[in-house]
Amino acid sequence: MITPRYHREIPQRYRLEAGKCAACGEIHFPPRAVCRKCGGREMETVALPRRGKVVTHTTVWIPPAPFEGQKPYVNAVVELENGVKLTCMVAEAPPDEVKIGTEVELVFRRLQHEPVWEVIQYGYKARVVKV
Amino acid sequence: MHGIVGYGAYVPRFRIKAEDIANQWGADADAFKKGLLLEEKTVPGPDEDTITISVAAARDAVTRAGIDPQLIGACYIGSESHPYAVKPSGTVLIDALGIGPDCHVADFEFACKAGTEAMYVAYSHVKSGEMEYALGIGADTSQGAPGDALEYTASAGGSAFIMGSEGVVAEILHTYSFTSDTPDFWRREGEFYPRHAGRFTGEPAYFHHVLSSCRGILERSGMKPADFKYAVFHMPNGKFPLRAGKAMGFRKEQLEQGWVVNLMGNTYSGSSPTGLAACLDEAEPGDHILVTSFGSGAGSDSFILRATDRLPEVQGLAPKVRDQLADRRIHLDYGKYVAYRGKIRMNEV
Repeated sequence: MITPRYHREIPQRYRLEAGKCAACGEIHFPPRAVCRKCGGREMETVALPRRGKVVTHTTVWIPPAPFEGQKPYVNAVVELENGVKLTCMVAEAPPDEVKIGTEVELVFRRLQHEPVWEVIQYGYKARVVKV
Repeated sequence: MHGIVGYGAYVPRFRIKAEDIANQWGADADAFKKGLLLEEKTVPGPDEDTITISVAAARDAVTRAGIDPQLIGACYIGSESHPYAVKPSGTVLIDALGIGPDCHVADFEFACKAGTEAMYVAYSHVKSGEMEYALGIGADTSQGAPGDALEYTASAGGSAFIMGSEGVVAEILHTYSFTSDTPDFWRREGEFYPRHAGRFTGEPAYFHHVLSSCRGILERSGMKPADFKYAVFHMPNGKFPLRAGKAMGFRKEQLEQGWVVNLMGNTYSGSSPTGLAACLDEAEPGDHILVTSFGSGAGSDSFILRATDRLPEVQGLAPKVRDQLADRRIHLDYGKYVAYRGKIRMNEV
């Protein structure tokens, strides 16, 4: 990822800032300029809750090169407490630990750190709350 | 009243047992475990570093403090494993937690005592009335060369402390520092692993500075070991802090709660701060706590704290240190450990 784009996405990747439509209340993550539900153009910034449940998941055995060192890892769709769904990696969990309905929290982790001369990219991953 | 208004600690989930390191290098596992008084150590995951550990600990500190992060006027991270050589760790942390941009940010280094340095400066800002709240953090993903004695102890973790004057959970009553040029452990620019002077790191370095700092703060405060519920000394291994405590006249019961090294290893800048966090997890109003850090090179910082009536209200608001040490452990074999720690040379991607 190039630096300007990474910098631009910091509010959503670091602080889970979403856009809430001022007209109909629909929450968009990542934020967008126009509401997909009512077409409204006025958005208010809200932070998403950090707790949620796994809706569905898959185990990645053959990842893209920068993620080789973490395989096998789980990618999941997580439904947060306010109903917003997002896709993310599940940190540190052996594949058999993640099931549909598993309670997770979103934590701050390195997303990509190769090659070594590049900016380290941080963002959210899910973490199983209770094993 | 000035002191800690919120604290948090983070313990990574991965571990490696001392015997797995000993077996790898043909060493006597029992001799190492007995010599270091250490069962296992924490290992950072491949997506963890000093910044992610600091964010996790500081998030819990904000929760316990119950404050708006925007009110934090300074943020200092003490570590000897900042992910960047040039770009402060604190810049990432403040954006992750919604602190700033009206905030003074700096990274501190002083071997294993960079964390208490950060706490000391944060506390001084608040005490002087310069700002309402200031954040001091000690965190590390420590390096130890393969096969070196340090490899048995160098671990990962950290703790964060928000200093303030309103809603104090542990008042800081006294501080004292003791520093000299004592070259017991160092890493030159560009070197991957630190070097140490073997047994020289004991008496002239660790014990001289830790005991001098501890004596200094006791003299200034007029307090004696029996006045404290808990005492924490920097934990490069299991033995040193117990010996230092005994030499100063502390009993085993005063040292046990903050002595997390046997299950955690030496988290360098996070070591004595995490010992303090473990004591705050259990302390009752009125309890006195003594903390003495040690950083090679060399120096020690000491603090005397007193728990307030507010402490029990916040203890359960975030995970406690000993719960994190006991729960969710995943033990790695040596191969996985060196891969996670980046000790294997790979092809560039």
